[in-house]
Amino acid sequence: MSAELAIRTEGLTKRFGHQRAVDSIDLAVPRGSVFGFLGPNGSGKTTTIRMLLGLVSATSGDIRMLGESMPGALASVLPHVGALVEGPAFYPFLSGRSNLHRLDSADRHSVSATRGSRVDAALDRVGLSAAADKKAHAYSLGMKQRLGLAGALLARRELFILDEPTNGLDPQGTREVRGIIRSLTDDGATVFVSSHLLTEIEQLCSHVAIMSAGRLVAQGPIDELRRVGNPRVVVRTPDTAEARRVLASLGLTLGEAASAELTVPSEQVTAALVAAGVRVRGLTVEGQTLEERFVALTGEGFDVAG
Amino acid sequence: MSQARPRPFALLGSELATLFRRRRTWAMLGALALVPILIAVAVRVTSSGSGGPAFLGQITHNGLFVAFTALTVSIPLFLPLTIGVVAGDTIAGEASLGTLRYLLIAPAGRIRLLLVKYAGAAAFAIAAVLVVVLVGVGIGALLFPIGPVTLLSGDSIGGGEFAVRAILLVGYVALSPLGLSAIGLFISTMTTVPVGAMAATAVLAAASQIADSLPQLDWLHPWLFSHYWLGFGDLLRNPIVWDAYGQNALLQLGYVVVFGALAYGRFATKDILS
Repeated sequence: MSAELAIRTEGLTKRFGHQRAVDSIDLAVPRGSVFGFLGPNGSGKTTTIRMLLGLVSATSGDIRMLGESMPGALASVLPHVGALVEGPAFYPFLSGRSNLHRLDSADRHSVSATRGSRVDAALDRVGLSAAADKKAHAYSLGMKQRLGLAGALLARRELFILDEPTNGLDPQGTREVRGIIRSLTDDGATVFVSSHLLTEIEQLCSHVAIMSAGRLVAQGPIDELRRVGNPRVVVRTPDTAEARRVLASLGLTLGEAASAELTVPSEQVTAALVAAGVRVRGLTVEGQTLEERFVALTGEGFDVAG
Repeated sequence: MSQARPRPFALLGSELATLFRRRRTWAMLGALALVPILIAVAVRVTSSGSGGPAFLGQITHNGLFVAFTALTVSIPLFLPLTIGVVAGDTIAGEASLGTLRYLLIAPAGRIRLLLVKYAGAAAFAIAAVLVVVLVGVGIGALLFPIGPVTLLSGDSIGGGEFAVRAILLVGYVALSPLGLSAIGLFISTMTTVPVGAMAATAVLAAASQIADSLPQLDWLHPWLFSHYWLGFGDLLRNPIVWDAYGQNALLQLGYVVVFGALAYGRFATKDILS
């Protein structure tokens, strides 16, 4: 089973002093998936990613990545992993191309004979060829983000771990990054992508996990998460009290005003309201959006886009 | 793909290229080059070679002594300062840029990265010494007569033997800051603020020299990493007195081992949060 998982953690915990930044999380990231790792800022996403990549040692718990135990197999696993951690970072006094050369030479398994062509290919893939010889300090935030992605693309990877890859990008840049991420899976790679902005990766992911205050509060295929929780029926009427009585008599769980979770067919609701003489001005059925689900799971302070 | 061989030393090459492509590195080497030039010009213009730092008096007789004078002047402050900047920047500089995390997940390997960083700092120290000596010899030859060198012991040697002594001298002076570089590397693993590590390294170099000048601490003197820094005068005796050379090498090796081990102990398991 673990062979089908690109990443699996069991009871992964990181304590900083008294604070549990990551509290016993069990991640299961299937191979070939685009796995959205969501949660508010400060919920432990980046700490988890740092543990996966061996930058931070876990207080307790196990990690298996690409079938091997971490951090023991770091040296043999990391060459197959492309990553972006907490924003891109570069030597400002080197050009974009020189930065990638340096990064590539840091991997002792990388082949120097193909370095130049691999760097050029990575730059081309993120659309930076024209700016390759500019110094990195002259890059805009969006260009830096792309250069960071190019660094992850220097070799053939089985797994990409991308921490907030769309951070700081304008809508156009966000779309482009999404396009790049999609193209990664075309090669059969697994993509583990974190974000505090649900809308930015919702359309991308096949699987989702949600962090809140260091804990993993939900995990699974995105369709399953969408299915949890019923759609709601919202009735527009001046007879709110009567409408609520009718909705309750149908056995529905009431929400605010004349709304309720819809557990019976909507036409049955309409018929019952009309039969009871409720003046119905409008009736809408609202599926629970993933966003509402996240807010429900992560509570107050969730940093939702727009 | 398999016909091309991976090169494990690529990171060292990249480190040296990065170090010597920095404007800061060249600014420091340029400042060091100014020391012998300043000395030579000052002596030439005033034609007075009395008093002042060691070897200054010999310059008007033999231009090659510009190199020795420049070293004597640079060793207490300028050389440790520039070496402190490079050694203090090794890990902390990468951490503050954020590139440290990317090097580690490349993966560079923590021990390999530490070794490469130390090699880079040592390479700078050697380059710094070479700049002072070569510029000193060059400007000395340009502005003053070059002839047989009168040694401290009174004998004279010719140009050929002087060249041998000069190479020995460069070796000695390049050896001297290796301990300081190791200390800088260790301090650099403890912070993400490179300026702090640079300053701490330079301050330690000054403190060591101050302690070395206090007779009350004479029991400590042989253990101070700066104790033999100015001991290269022994290379200008006939026959060469090797004591300082050997003791300096041993002392620096000791510092490299101890602070290298401390840096490893600190860095090998450190949580990289930058």
